[in-house]
Amino acid sequence: MKQLMLGNAAAARGLYEAGVAVVSSYPGTPSTEITEELAKYDEVYSEWAPNEKVAMEVAFGASLAGKRSFCGMKHVGLNVAADPLFTVSYTGVNGGMVIAVADDAGMHSSQNEQDSRHYARSAKLPMLEPSDSGEAYAFAKKAYEISEEFDCPVFLKMCTRVAHSQSIVEPGERVEAGAKPYEKNIAKYVMTPANAIRRHPHVEERMAKLAEYAETSPLNRVEEGRDHGTGIITSSTSYQYVKEVCGDRFPILKLGMVWPLPERKIRDFAASVDRLIVVEELDSFLETYVRELGLAVTGKELFPLLGEFSQNLVAEKLGVPVHTGKALDETIPPRPPAMCAGCPHRGLFYTLSKNKCTVLGDIGCYTLGAAAPLNAIEMTLCMGASVSSVHGYNKALGAESEHKTVAVIGDSTFMHSGMTGLANIAYNQSNSTVIILDNSITGMTGHQQNPTTGFNIKGDPAGKIDLEALCRAMGFSRVRVVDPYDLDACDRAVREELAADEPSVIISRRPCALLKYVRHNAPLRVNTDKCVCCKGCMKIGCPAVSFKDGKARVDETLCVGCGVCAQLCKFGALESTAKEG
Amino acid sequence: METKNIMIVGVGGQGSLLASKLLGHLLLGQGYDVKVSEVHGMSQRGGSVVTYVRYGDKVASPVIDRGEADYIVSFELLEAARWMGYLKPGGQIVTSTQQIDPMPVITGAARYPENLVEKMRAAGAKVDALDCLALAEQAGSSKATNIVLMGRLSHYFDLPEEAWQRSLEAMVPAKFLELNRKAFELGKNA
Repeated sequence: MKQLMLGNAAAARGLYEAGVAVVSSYPGTPSTEITEELAKYDEVYSEWAPNEKVAMEVAFGASLAGKRSFCGMKHVGLNVAADPLFTVSYTGVNGGMVIAVADDAGMHSSQNEQDSRHYARSAKLPMLEPSDSGEAYAFAKKAYEISEEFDCPVFLKMCTRVAHSQSIVEPGERVEAGAKPYEKNIAKYVMTPANAIRRHPHVEERMAKLAEYAETSPLNRVEEGRDHGTGIITSSTSYQYVKEVCGDRFPILKLGMVWPLPERKIRDFAASVDRLIVVEELDSFLETYVRELGLAVTGKELFPLLGEFSQNLVAEKLGVPVHTGKALDETIPPRPPAMCAGCPHRGLFYTLSKNKCTVLGDIGCYTLGAAAPLNAIEMTLCMGASVSSVHGYNKALGAESEHKTVAVIGDSTFMHSGMTGLANIAYNQSNSTVIILDNSITGMTGHQQNPTTGFNIKGDPAGKIDLEALCRAMGFSRVRVVDPYDLDACDRAVREELAADEPSVIISRRPCALLKYVRHNAPLRVNTDKCVCCKGCMKIGCPAVSFKDGKARVDETLCVGCGVCAQLCKFGALESTAKEG
Repeated sequence: METKNIMIVGVGGQGSLLASKLLGHLLLGQGYDVKVSEVHGMSQRGGSVVTYVRYGDKVASPVIDRGEADYIVSFELLEAARWMGYLKPGGQIVTSTQQIDPMPVITGAARYPENLVEKMRAAGAKVDALDCLALAEQAGSSKATNIVLMGRLSHYFDLPEEAWQRSLEAMVPAKFLELNRKAFELGKNA
């Protein structure tokens, strides 16, 4: 039956029907729902791994054992998994192995907009790139066939607009993939230099065979057009924009496999048109290849290297009429994302801001601590960098920074790659203060479990890592837990740990206010007789607290009664609406 | 049929995903090709969010661009104004009159513009504005604002009432169905 499916759900359906047996991923927008959807199927073993490197190695282990396996991640997650990636290209696979990577052009929820296609070229692996949910479904299945036929993992490359758009899919039935027995093969799977040097020729031969496959595979198709004055090479969501704007006017070489590329097919297509244009988001990946063939091509001198495309952008660049609308002639204030009302991170960031700490941050909801009015975070780079960088910062500046600089990192990010940085602090001895913002969930990506929560991907009880015991075992004698709703306790903890002459860990612990099991207090209300308009409550940047007609006002539909604003009011004007007694 | 475009705009957390799911189900049931594009992740944290719903004989792009929306359905007044440039000439805005201050307004760095409904009308947009939050509360929950808006939007569609009801049944948990039916009615008849 025809269904509307999110691109990520469609990819999951394809993987499921192809008989995937073992799934290991780390969440990351826009890739997360592939694994969340797979976890709904009981025939598939699914898990959240602590990070993408672990996930890819788990998937490789399952492939080695002869089962079809999968790992999914966002573009920056692939950087973390790059170490196993480049060598699994040499060992090849046993059971089929598919790696989904989702790019985020436009950076809806990312720290950069890198183009993951380069990984296919540099790690010498095939990459399929769907342009809608139907293709995400079909390509996921096809990826296993290619993986087993050519003995290598296969990339399924998504992007925000494919991953997070719904279009029509007609799902089928699961076919169990027969297990391929594991056979000991030291020359293939033990990548010592002597063995790896003999595997490298296999890699190059495989890529040559895959390039031949790309010539004839229906994954790459020419769509005829009426006007051969222009021919367009494109893939992914860019293909959809081109179709929206041009319909069947120009011939299109639509690539479903973006690495390796079909040389003859591209040459033939180029020969059939007067002017060749490549339409691709982010880098000039396809265009560079076409240029290497010595063909005349227009690409990035016309189209931007930055951000997402859209139909109007493609229309304008191709000289097709552009739709125009009439914007309101009025200054519309921006609405940037903000920490939610009742967010447990807010009280801690207020404390850091008040104490004028230098705060090195990390990846998660709490990165919003950099926004006005808190303006607390001064650095965010990548997963785990807060902990490693605070050590480097303190080594560079010594005691003058050690007593006022902190790292802040979430529970899931700490498990992902903060632990190794903490080991470095313990080993190489800087007097650094690390604050773990433990909200008992992976928040930003939409509430995934992690090794500290005590539950697995299906919500069933699982192993639970004790953060305090872990930090103590690494050699930290100063490990303390505070409730971020208690501003006095936060203030004491931050001051005392910064003053201490040894490294310390503060665990700021309170579950995310959006978790279903978290019970909210009655909202607060402003007693306007007591409010003296000092705006003390406005310092924390809570979306539920605003200033109207010279008085503070609480939006009772948003307020969860955390009481942090009330602690800032010296006049007791913020009162609970709970009935007494 | 030429592709039709509906934009759903609001503030992260207001329930636009359910509205787009309902529309997707409804339009697929009418035999159209449908594409829906959503926003997840960082932007959902109280930021300005937009969902695109497109339907017709064959839909290519999953997004709606400037000057293309037949309808803009807005959960919040400032968001209707923000996205007005995406309205097609002659397009219809259906908006809740709810106002939620964005952080720059809360911190005093910016002001929330006044009389936005009048200003949008003066600029030539057709605007249907109603207090969806009050109607949702009347139906039994402030969370049903999205369904009040869907009820209102149903006015502009030449589709049988049963089709809307079927989609409502399919997309809303059974225990909230009655509440949502009421919210739909209140929006429709407002």
